[in-house]
Amino acid sequence: MILHELTIGELTAKLASKEVSSREAMLACLDRIDAVDNRINAFISLDREDALGQAEAADAALAKGASHNEQSLLGVPVSLKDIFCVKNQPANCASKILGDFLSPYDGSVVQKLKQAGAVIFGRVNMDEFAMGSSTENSAFGRTCNPWDLERVPGGSSGGCAASVVAQECFGSIGTDTGGSIRQPSALCGCVGIKPTYGRVSRFGVIAFASSLDQVGPMARNVHDTAALLGAIAGHDPKDSTSVPAEVPDYVGGLDVNLDGIKLGLPKEFLGAGIDPEVQSIFDAAVRQYEALGAEIQEISLPHTEYGVATYYILATAEASANLARFDGVRYGDRVEGDDPFALYCNTRGKGFGDEVKRRIILGTYVLSSGYYDAYYIRAQKVRSLIKQDFDQALEKVDALITPTVPYTAFKAGEKTDDPLQMYLSDIFTISCNLTGTCGVSLPCGFTSSPKLPVGLQLLGKPFGEQELLKIAYAYEQATPWHKERVML
Amino acid sequence: MSNSDFDIKYVANLARIRLTSDQEARLGSQLGDILGYIKKLEELDISNVEPMAHAVPLHNVMRADQVQPSITNEEALANAPKTANGLFIVPKIVE
Repeated sequence: MILHELTIGELTAKLASKEVSSREAMLACLDRIDAVDNRINAFISLDREDALGQAEAADAALAKGASHNEQSLLGVPVSLKDIFCVKNQPANCASKILGDFLSPYDGSVVQKLKQAGAVIFGRVNMDEFAMGSSTENSAFGRTCNPWDLERVPGGSSGGCAASVVAQECFGSIGTDTGGSIRQPSALCGCVGIKPTYGRVSRFGVIAFASSLDQVGPMARNVHDTAALLGAIAGHDPKDSTSVPAEVPDYVGGLDVNLDGIKLGLPKEFLGAGIDPEVQSIFDAAVRQYEALGAEIQEISLPHTEYGVATYYILATAEASANLARFDGVRYGDRVEGDDPFALYCNTRGKGFGDEVKRRIILGTYVLSSGYYDAYYIRAQKVRSLIKQDFDQALEKVDALITPTVPYTAFKAGEKTDDPLQMYLSDIFTISCNLTGTCGVSLPCGFTSSPKLPVGLQLLGKPFGEQELLKIAYAYEQATPWHKERVML
Repeated sequence: MSNSDFDIKYVANLARIRLTSDQEARLGSQLGDILGYIKKLEELDISNVEPMAHAVPLHNVMRADQVQPSITNEEALANAPKTANGLFIVPKIVE
């Protein structure tokens, strides 16, 4: 047994039987980080003492008879994107502007993970303020794709996906505003779910675009993803947009029976722009679903081509408002100026990276006097049309099936000079955020040369995570992809 | 919806971001491309469509007006670049 290779399901069984201690599991992650992270650069920082302290506390609880029935993640090491507030730990959102900020409180997701007994550790890398699709926009250097170090892991939750796939943790929690969980999951070869808007609390998560942001888990298989989601989902009075809906037993709901399941193939997603090898791997996945008993039907999402433009108006507008709080007054680094205006301009000019500046400026422009109706209101109206498309499609089928990304992981530097090309890599993931529905990405094969993972995306109904995970699980159990481990 | 009047200096100033002249040139031209792409939305007839701000219909969420535990003044100021007498310090605003 190689401890760092275990799934969460395997690890909790071994913790329960006392075959393995949480301290040993945590040490296995730390050893693995020491062995590979100088090549991957998934971790921005790590508090080893704190992590081992939590693991020892979990071992003490297990010794006293605590069980995984009450605390589903007891003793399981889980890494966190550098966007979550963890009391007395840094949170930088991979930006320079937060300086030596230490969170004064635990966010709600962090509290829930602690209640579930998870050992939460590390701050994993991301695009600055979650703005990007490659984890290259980080003040802490880029993260490398474990399958090919020359390539990007995707983003913005690239550190989460890389740390899961490089086996530096057993699972990771990220955020998804336009594909930031699903796209890196696809490019690195793990499972990631963006829950329905309102399913998971955003309290204690540094905000990017508040009507689109959602927290979600990434892990080595569907079962582990379901276990993590069950631990973090649920209503939170501290987030007025979180929805008071019951959290089902996601793990208990997993089964391989697809009888009567209808999957919709959006015709607008297919054809132009998809890499031929990705297309043929995707086609094989669709045939596999048919073989498993699902009925496939073509459906139409007529406004698909407007998704990216709509998103980049709404997301940047919301970001320009949210990021106004980084002003050098209450926290973070300050660059002095003679008056408050100069102080703001100097602080933000020095502290933000290029992509963040681009988006704040774009968002400021689309909200500015004279342009508000032409850009912002128009985009909100197109958002309604995109939502109608999804509502109508999801009346006919149980879920939509698409490739997660039109291609495999691209080389570092390939798209950094052309932001628009970078934005278009989110073309299949973005509408799920605009519509507030849920979406999961899971591995569906590998290209042959170079060997790179390909992701399959399933998009489901609002609060339909249980059904969606079940549909993903049936495919996963019938295919070998989730068992592939990277050689490092 | 023309983007020829996009003035990077003016908008960066509204956004309170100091740019170098290099950044003005580079970001300005990239934003020009992005605005060109965004014009795509002009193709659609949206005359009878309601704007959508949120995926979930939202209502005001109220809670009882009761004092709740919160962080202390000291904790709230702990990350501030400059403080004095329990307050954030900024440059003089009024002459």
